[in-house]
Amino acid sequence: MIGSILGGFLSGAIHSGTPLLYATLGEVIGERAGIVNLGLEGVMLMGAVAGFTTTVLTGSATLGVLAGGLAGGLFNLLFGFFVITRRANQLASGLALMFCGVGLSAILGAPYIGSRMEGLKEVRIPFLSDLPVIGRVLFQHDLLVYLAVPAAIAIGWLLFNTRWGLGLRAVGENPTAAFAAGKNPYRIQYQAIFIAGVLGGIAGVHLSLSLAKTWAEWMTAGRGFVAVALVIFSKWHPVRAISGALLFGGAIALQLQMQALGVPVSPFLLDMLPYLLSLGVLVVWGGAGRRAAPGSLGRVFQGTE
Amino acid sequence: MVRWFGLVGLAFLIFAIVLIIIGKNPIRAYINIFSSTLGSAYGLSEIVVKMIPLILTAIAVALPSRIWLINVGGEGQLHIGALFATGGALHFSYLPAWILMPLIFVLGFLGGGLWAMISGILRARGWASETISTLLMNYVAILLVNFFVFGPWKDPESANYPQTAEFVGAAILPALGGTRVHFGLVFAIVSLIIYYLLLSYTRWGLEMRAIGNNSEAAQRNGIPIARYIILLMFIGGGIAGLAGMSEVSAIQGRLRPGISPGYGFTGFLISWMSGGNPLGMVASAFLLAIIISGGDILQMAHGLPGSAVHILMSLILFVVLGRSGGRRSAK
Repeated sequence: MIGSILGGFLSGAIHSGTPLLYATLGEVIGERAGIVNLGLEGVMLMGAVAGFTTTVLTGSATLGVLAGGLAGGLFNLLFGFFVITRRANQLASGLALMFCGVGLSAILGAPYIGSRMEGLKEVRIPFLSDLPVIGRVLFQHDLLVYLAVPAAIAIGWLLFNTRWGLGLRAVGENPTAAFAAGKNPYRIQYQAIFIAGVLGGIAGVHLSLSLAKTWAEWMTAGRGFVAVALVIFSKWHPVRAISGALLFGGAIALQLQMQALGVPVSPFLLDMLPYLLSLGVLVVWGGAGRRAAPGSLGRVFQGTE
Repeated sequence: MVRWFGLVGLAFLIFAIVLIIIGKNPIRAYINIFSSTLGSAYGLSEIVVKMIPLILTAIAVALPSRIWLINVGGEGQLHIGALFATGGALHFSYLPAWILMPLIFVLGFLGGGLWAMISGILRARGWASETISTLLMNYVAILLVNFFVFGPWKDPESANYPQTAEFVGAAILPALGGTRVHFGLVFAIVSLIIYYLLLSYTRWGLEMRAIGNNSEAAQRNGIPIARYIILLMFIGGGIAGLAGMSEVSAIQGRLRPGISPGYGFTGFLISWMSGGNPLGMVASAFLLAIIISGGDILQMAHGLPGSAVHILMSLILFVVLGRSGGRRSAK
């Protein structure tokens, strides 16, 4: 009994934490290039709706994942246009992007509400998935779950061990100095914004194709903002984001498990858990972690004229 | 002013293109929206009803934004204001109106104010950015309201509806002239005047400008920045709380889920559109009230999801940001 509850909880934590990890990774890349994107919520919704409708229409979840990632990346370029080319305020532009994503995804998804599809299939790892408890916790998931941690490690390597990553971080620390060193801040920031959008889109796809297996308006319910808080918790490091995503996945899984077990606490209070945890994390890590933030985060590169 | 109309027109034009792409007739949709809102005395009065919470939540954003605080928590502050006001109306229903009404007013202000002040304290101490904390607390506030109306405060007589008992007559904010326009209009106008006078003619307004222009210099000159951060968040949140208080006390007569179709978020948009200018806020609130009503019309008459109108709102914010972005963000 205990083993089954614990197994269900841990498996749920990993499952629910996966979209948060992808979203956080995207935001880490953007913020390392000096751009805060509060529109992540809208990007995730666009990914979720594009992935879902594509899967319903083609019957292929693989195409759905690709479509969702692409939709997220392209949609985030709209944000890039305003904050990079037009040099608009990042926080307000992010909120505009969120509204835009909420509305657009609602229109695009409306004809498909209630549509059924199989979604992402569970891939059981032979032998390992039969192990007691551990098998269920670690080896009975869909492909996006297995790819999440390698993605975090790969992005960590890209940011800290390649010339491209060095250039990107330089732009985030001090775009004027990076420009003087021969980098093109605009191009690097656009690249970062696109990749961040792809990851945000994939996060949304995982929500609609694996966790919910359906489309509903505003189904992200604030997870985009939670991911922005997670970036601070992870001190702008992709690998540290793994533990943060697990913590939040745990909060969501705990809430679901308690509801399933009939614990006599109002579901509305349980639903607050992830948001309160995000606030707690901000307070505990936010102040101390500020030194780890990229130097010119949120500031606008005014060009060199 | 001409430029303001040009930008809004551009947003409407882009939204028309979106409507064409998804196979709707934008001209019919726009005619529908404007004739049902501006074409009759009733339609106009309903616009004013919506402008009340919009102006209040816009001030809640505009006031802290004078010192570069970004309050995106108007929606949550509105809900907690409504919650506190409801608590007063339900528990002190035996009091006469001349005590009960001011009490509900104060409670509504306190609820929204204290809720926002949490974010203010976190920011003043350097613990958390007010932007992200106010955003997250919106969700907590809405869940808290749901908890109370589904749980402890649920009216036993309303079998399946999650809502509180109806307020007693003494707790109902009076309506004006036979319409749904209510006394909250006075709150909105007075708040707007105080906002204008405070910024233009007082020492506090001057000090806020000093902080906004150069916070480091202001600090060296002995202006207590932390106190301003906490106080402005409190007052801003309190004004948003008044929006929630007047919605439950005048429009609904009780607390129930969904008292606000995103007034708090729309107030943020209004504050940015108008750059904090009081008359600009009134004009923008008028326009956004039409757009919110338009959302219902698009839903009922044109078969679009209710949140489709969020696209139009985001387009307005985008065109405003795209034009003034460079200047505005160069601190």
